[in-house]
Amino acid sequence: MAYSNKVVDHFNNPRNMGSFKKDEDGVGTGMVGAPECGDVMKLQIKVQNDTIVDAKFKTFGCGSAIASSSLATEWLKGKTIEEAQQIKNTDIVQELNLPPVKIHCSVLAEDAIKAALADYQKKTEEQTPSTK
Amino acid sequence: MKLPIFLDNHSTTPMDPRVLEAMLPYFVEKFGNAASRNHAFGWAAEEAVEEARKRIAKLIKADSKEIVFTSGATESDNLALKGVLEMYKEKGTHIITSSTEHRAVLDTAKSLEAKGLATVTYLPVDKYGMVNPQDVQNAITDKTILISVMLANNEIGTINPIAEIGKIAKAKGILFHCDATQGVGKIPVDVQAMGIDLMSFSAHKMYGPKGIGALYVRKRNPRVRIAPQMDGGGHERGMRSGTLPVPLIVGFGKACELCEQEMTTETARLTKMRDRLQTEIMAALEESYLNGHPTNRLPGNLNISFAYVEGESLLMGMKDIALSSGSACTSATLEPSYVLRALGVGTELAHSSIRFGLGRFNSDDEIDYTIKKVIEIVTKLREMSPLYEMAKEGVDLKSVQWAAH
Repeated sequence: MAYSNKVVDHFNNPRNMGSFKKDEDGVGTGMVGAPECGDVMKLQIKVQNDTIVDAKFKTFGCGSAIASSSLATEWLKGKTIEEAQQIKNTDIVQELNLPPVKIHCSVLAEDAIKAALADYQKKTEEQTPSTK
Repeated sequence: MKLPIFLDNHSTTPMDPRVLEAMLPYFVEKFGNAASRNHAFGWAAEEAVEEARKRIAKLIKADSKEIVFTSGATESDNLALKGVLEMYKEKGTHIITSSTEHRAVLDTAKSLEAKGLATVTYLPVDKYGMVNPQDVQNAITDKTILISVMLANNEIGTINPIAEIGKIAKAKGILFHCDATQGVGKIPVDVQAMGIDLMSFSAHKMYGPKGIGALYVRKRNPRVRIAPQMDGGGHERGMRSGTLPVPLIVGFGKACELCEQEMTTETARLTKMRDRLQTEIMAALEESYLNGHPTNRLPGNLNISFAYVEGESLLMGMKDIALSSGSACTSATLEPSYVLRALGVGTELAHSSIRFGLGRFNSDDEIDYTIKKVIEIVTKLREMSPLYEMAKEGVDLKSVQWAAH
């Protein structure tokens, strides 16, 4: 199978590869997939004033899975939580020109984004106990 | 050294230039139909075919009359299983085979099962991928008509105890088919000593041309009969009709001759290169696991799983080396290698496997380059792997609740 140039580029030069400390302030972590399925993505966001100021990923998976998560971190940076919620797997498919057998990689990336956002929101709610 | 490097010699092999040279006169100049009995063109073709048949038979210690030409090993496997079942259906309809056979055997067996023409026992293999002859013995019923076990596995290179299985088959009067596609030309094969009644093999796995293979069909003790699966002019003693592709057969013959002449030196050279590849990679990379038998293995085969990295991404990172992976992502089914699964290799390690297939034209320089590249890419991808990070932090990956998808 031939890979698109964009997939190859993300694979060879992954953007924002790495990790934040999970307990760091403003960090949300999403981990999706399973080793038996051949792909696991960890996606992290760092949020300040409702804006994602930084994002990082680590991925176990095929080239398309690595590219999907690398692209996701690029897109997340600078977005508000609200805007980040709008990222769809189909956008990733289009940008990376993924073939049908690789669509699940983009789905996983969308799931990872949603999981990271949910983790961040859960953490902030716990830190600011409701007074209402 | 030229890039890309071909290290996928189980999938196919480059044709030996000496084979091509032998074939060339049979395209334009000596183009006759080997079945034309009444003119010089036909005679020349027939002579070339019979000479090739002898060379092929010699390599496997058979008689040239026992060689039936086919289009390749897949057709040979189909012809053996379907041909025997159809011919002997009154005597029995039970087949014994193993779970790590090539799909040409497994899918043929399944197709016979689905049509209600056979019942099939798929034997398990041990952790090295080897069939236990005792399991074969135990699986035999009074309906068993055929045992089909491969000589050497195409993914992990493990060599089966064929002679022992042949002995069991013989004692029970059951026909024994062996898919020897990966073994013929690489390791000594003797259909007499191994008690083989039918055997599939193919030219393009041994530096010959694609599109030609053979089914060995025993003529004596017992005389094996098969129902033809292709009707027509009654070529190949009525077992496989169709005009013989003379240039391909000549090439097949030459390939067998070269394999026979060079087997000893080639085996020594390949084993040395393969062992070096294995030792240096595994010494440099922790948690790399050998798949298949440690010693009883094809000389050119090496199959390793690299924990925490996925096979397809490994291949992608080594674009200038042609390799193969048991990863799901490289197959159409999205299931990881059934061969590795049958060995009891965990799904995650099956996803992380790479098969190296060394052959006649690989050099030491290429092995050096490959060792360096593998170490580089596995290290890079482990840095990128959340699983490696977790393992380093001391997390037991088996205890994690994964969100399977």
